[in-house]
Amino acid sequence: MLSEGGSFMKGVVMGGLFCLVLSLLGSFSPGTKSSTEDHHHHHVKAPSKDELNHLSNSEVQASSKQIQVYCVIMVQPKILPFWAAALDTWSKHCDEAVFYTSESSKALDAVDLNEKDEWARLRKALKHAYENAGDLRWFFVAQATTFAIIENLKYLVLTKDPSEPFYLGNVMKSGELEYVAYDSGIVLSYEALKRLVHVFQDEEQCPERGRALWKLSEEKQLAVCLKYKGVFAENGEDAHGKGLFNSKTVYNLISDSMKENPNNVVEGCCSDVAVTFSGMSPNQMQVMMFGVYRLRPYGHDFHDALAFYPPEGSDND
Amino acid sequence: MKKTLSNRLKFTTGLLIGFLWVRFMLDLKISTEQVIYFSRGMEHNVKKGDEIQHHDHHHHSGENRSSAASSSQPTRILCWIMTGPKYLESRTKHIKGTWAKHCDKVLYMSSVKTDFPTVGLNVSEGRDNLYWKTIRAFQYIHQHHLDEADWFIKADDDTFVVIENLRYTLSKFDTEKPLYLGRRFAPFFRQGYMSGGAGYVLSKEALRRFVSGFSSGKCTHFSDIEDMALGQCMEKMQVEAADTRDVKNRQTFHAFPPELHLVRQPPRPLPWYLLYEYYNVVEGPGCCSDFVVSFHYISADQLYVLDYLTYHLRPYGYKYRFNPDEKTELAAA
Repeated sequence: MLSEGGSFMKGVVMGGLFCLVLSLLGSFSPGTKSSTEDHHHHHVKAPSKDELNHLSNSEVQASSKQIQVYCVIMVQPKILPFWAAALDTWSKHCDEAVFYTSESSKALDAVDLNEKDEWARLRKALKHAYENAGDLRWFFVAQATTFAIIENLKYLVLTKDPSEPFYLGNVMKSGELEYVAYDSGIVLSYEALKRLVHVFQDEEQCPERGRALWKLSEEKQLAVCLKYKGVFAENGEDAHGKGLFNSKTVYNLISDSMKENPNNVVEGCCSDVAVTFSGMSPNQMQVMMFGVYRLRPYGHDFHDALAFYPPEGSDND
Repeated sequence: MKKTLSNRLKFTTGLLIGFLWVRFMLDLKISTEQVIYFSRGMEHNVKKGDEIQHHDHHHHSGENRSSAASSSQPTRILCWIMTGPKYLESRTKHIKGTWAKHCDKVLYMSSVKTDFPTVGLNVSEGRDNLYWKTIRAFQYIHQHHLDEADWFIKADDDTFVVIENLRYTLSKFDTEKPLYLGRRFAPFFRQGYMSGGAGYVLSKEALRRFVSGFSSGKCTHFSDIEDMALGQCMEKMQVEAADTRDVKNRQTFHAFPPELHLVRQPPRPLPWYLLYEYYNVVEGPGCCSDFVVSFHYISADQLYVLDYLTYHLRPYGYKYRFNPDEKTELAAA
């Protein structure tokens, strides 16, 4: 094979390999190019089939394992049933689920922030999460009344680089300020959280006990502080543009759809890969675990590009 | 000396050409992996990529459907819904808009014929006429639709049914045998009887025997309680009550809404609604099979919620814990 043109062939192979290596290094985070543009578009969409097909199998498999989510779950003793429900249901699908409470409870374990003020509590929790992140690069902040499907969160951020600042969820607008609604969950990339923790030290731009004439809700405070560091709220959507973070229960959303799309209730309602619902009762959360992780029609198989496995020691998923 | 110089030249030229060629290939938006495979001549891997692309053109993106029934013909299911004029707008319309679409044939049984369309059974409305309606409905089906289906399911207008899972459950049974399936209750008869609200299924042979039971007088309208009375006829006509639990002994048909079965309960005496159970009762996640067939007392908006949870909302990429068809199951809790 490599007889006379030995050196030539060697050259071709070396040149080709060199080019491949360069490409692999440059393209491993295929989202890097688009992410800087998207930041000004105020929405982040889950990858489409085309985008996933562009990634190689090995890239996708690596991503499945690499995307790890640290869940920050804010609880209080007075809503113990919700705390217990979160513990027994969706939080089992977080790579790390940490409960942060306003005051300690004998019934359940949590990081006791010993703080009554909601904004101060959120700050403390986020700082703690940043300091204890380990290798985890995505942070999901939930209330006790949030129900989340972490696999769909991972799908949303699959092609996004956590060393870029991301602040995602259900985006609301208050005057000029765009912020992510707290009850439907807040997603922060490592870089966003890093910048946030940094700006926490600035009492002028991001005071711990808000010095405004009227008190801003903590979700808005968060947006204000992040904005100072160039991090903007972006709406999380599926490939069709449907919102993934819901501030209502499934029941309410369906009810709304029955009025708005009576002939197409289910398709006109919510995304197939929704990430959160809010306001569901503890019992409803248990039904959701069954509905999401178990109930399905026999014979429908999906050829998903990712693979997530059931958590150990769990019997309701 | 000359040789080394010309070799170097050849090498450098090769380097350039190799680099540019691969660059060109990558620009064609072929994945890096495919380029490697191309250059190694492993074309079969590229073909695999094409296959995956073809699946995208299916109805539900990325989905692949297979029928549970083994080889020859798919199992045909005829659904009949027990309803009445005053429920068409509030309930039956939504049955039609959700699960009824999955039946091979659906009939809405009422006292009056309408353009809904409903079949007029020539029986008055009212709770005390439910068994008359049932008898007339099965007689009607036997007369007009016997050959159009293999299995016959009766449901209420507040029952939610997953037809694919019904088909899967029925695939283990032979429709030419006299069989009767559903949520089994223990009382009154040696073999028990099936809950009316949870929906029950008659095999073709069972339907024949039910109808002949009435023509011969062996079966009569001796009670208003539809499900219990039908149970008696089944026993008299030697139609066997079957066990429809899955391989983990979890129930498929349910006489109540999901919350009443699925929510974890502390150890407690059986609540009233589970006192009739034929099999051992399990409350909490073990109550119900992943491949649930039915729930009952489901209001209109709940029908859509269950439809969304069954056919739409899913955890992307999740490898389900319960895989009855796989040889090695994922470790359960």
